[in-house]
Amino acid sequence: MSIVINHLTFAYTQGGKPLAPTLKDLSFTIEAGMFLGIIGHTGSGKSTFVKHLNGLLPSEKGAVVVDGHDLSQKNERKTVRSLVGMVFQYPEYQLFAETVYEDVAFGPRNMKLDEAEIKNRVTNAMQLVGLDPERFSSRSPFELSGGERRRAAIAGVLAMHPKYLVLDEPMAGLDPLGRREILALLEKLRTESGCTIIMISHSMDDIANHATNVLVLEKGSLFLYDTPQNVFCRAQELQEIGLSVPSITKICIEMNEKGIRIPTTICTEEAFLNWFREDMRHA
Amino acid sequence: MRDITLGQFVAGDSFIHKLDPRTKIAMMILYIVMVFLVKEIWFLAIPFAYLVLELVLSKISLRYIVNSLKPIRFLLILMFILNLFFTKGEHVWLDLRFWKLTGEAVLQSFFLSIRIVLLVAGASMLTLTTSPIALTDGLEKLLSPLKFLHFPVHELAMMMTIALRFVPTLIDESEKIRNAQMSRGADFESGNIFKRVKSMIPILIPLFVSSFRKADDLAIAMESRCYHGGDGRTRMHQLKFRKEDVFAILVTLLFVASLIVILVLFK
Repeated sequence: MSIVINHLTFAYTQGGKPLAPTLKDLSFTIEAGMFLGIIGHTGSGKSTFVKHLNGLLPSEKGAVVVDGHDLSQKNERKTVRSLVGMVFQYPEYQLFAETVYEDVAFGPRNMKLDEAEIKNRVTNAMQLVGLDPERFSSRSPFELSGGERRRAAIAGVLAMHPKYLVLDEPMAGLDPLGRREILALLEKLRTESGCTIIMISHSMDDIANHATNVLVLEKGSLFLYDTPQNVFCRAQELQEIGLSVPSITKICIEMNEKGIRIPTTICTEEAFLNWFREDMRHA
Repeated sequence: MRDITLGQFVAGDSFIHKLDPRTKIAMMILYIVMVFLVKEIWFLAIPFAYLVLELVLSKISLRYIVNSLKPIRFLLILMFILNLFFTKGEHVWLDLRFWKLTGEAVLQSFFLSIRIVLLVAGASMLTLTTSPIALTDGLEKLLSPLKFLHFPVHELAMMMTIALRFVPTLIDESEKIRNAQMSRGADFESGNIFKRVKSMIPILIPLFVSSFRKADDLAIAMESRCYHGGDGRTRMHQLKFRKEDVFAILVTLLFVASLIVILVLFK
């Protein structure tokens, strides 16, 4: 089970004429169970790419195949949309229903599930994101706080029980606590329900700490697709395309410049501590 | 949805583009007067010549004018047919007992259709060569005498400017919300008309909510920059009459005058 992207090329059109391609010949596979972090400079095609994962944008050249469903087939798109959950930037702006319950139930309703199953899923999803169903179910989504609204919107996607969850900068505009809560939720989904996470983020720290794989896009082309260690040890190249490395890696690089020998492949605090303990033992 | 063009301004630096918006509004009004003065199809040649002259000077491709006529094509066809049926005349071309096709009817159908085409094309010439901002600036200046009657001219122009400014933003926003709801399995493409209208609710409500929020933000942003209405407000782009404007008005008046002379002579 995987998402296979095969020679995907895409160009937006303006007035019927195609513009310069936004995505150029992407080919790779997203395996089930991954936590894929997507990074890239503004305009590198990240958001355009994820819109291909559930057929919001048509794949005219090249193919996207989700668990054997080819998205160039129009009738497959509906199936894939219940497999691939999509959380866009500022998802709270999509809330519309009179109550939080009704809004979270919108997705499951469209999947034509029966009422008991819907109730079950809505309650579960609300609990997952930390909105107490008893307190929040009958409230209007418009009277919630910003953070609560975002969580309600995410619950609306989770209630569809997606196998793949795509998030476009889910932490934008949240405070540190809110960021931690969302990241913890994603980890929980991945480990407990086996949900594959695909997340666009500008925070190299979050990517290094949580992703199992990192995709680097540069002007619509695949620049790197590897583990966080193998990506972030190329600080020089990342800098050249306008990206950076996690802060712990920055510290390691600067320590090296000052003459302290420390591997610059370290990209999480945990790895740093492990190295430090090892080093102390040898000393 | 992205292909919606409102105001459909085509940037350029032709003679027409550089005219003062007030001049262009006046030109359009005089042009419309010309079109309505004509009561016989042959004399429409004069406003037509004027339109062609304007089109050539503006260097705008004919395609844009044709596009501006597309939305009224059904109206045109309907009008054409209705006039064929209901205009009475003496020169019978075809007698089908219940209905007679007369030469007068054919002439009248063509006359009315061409008149509408000329009107719409002339109005498009104004919006194609004048940016929405310049247009509202021009309108505000032209309507400013109404201020003495306590008519809120500045507020009206400001509202028009803001409305035009937010059209692309709202199109963008609705696209985003549509994508989000489609990802949640919403279906906007199938079902009967009632089902389809109902399926728009998940787009329209978030769109309204965000419009209110944007209006609020804009009001705060304007107030924090000390906006207090039109009194004593200066402009970044001063409207200025130039020699070319006088020239354009004179040429237009010449067209009107010659049309009147011709109409009187051929009566």
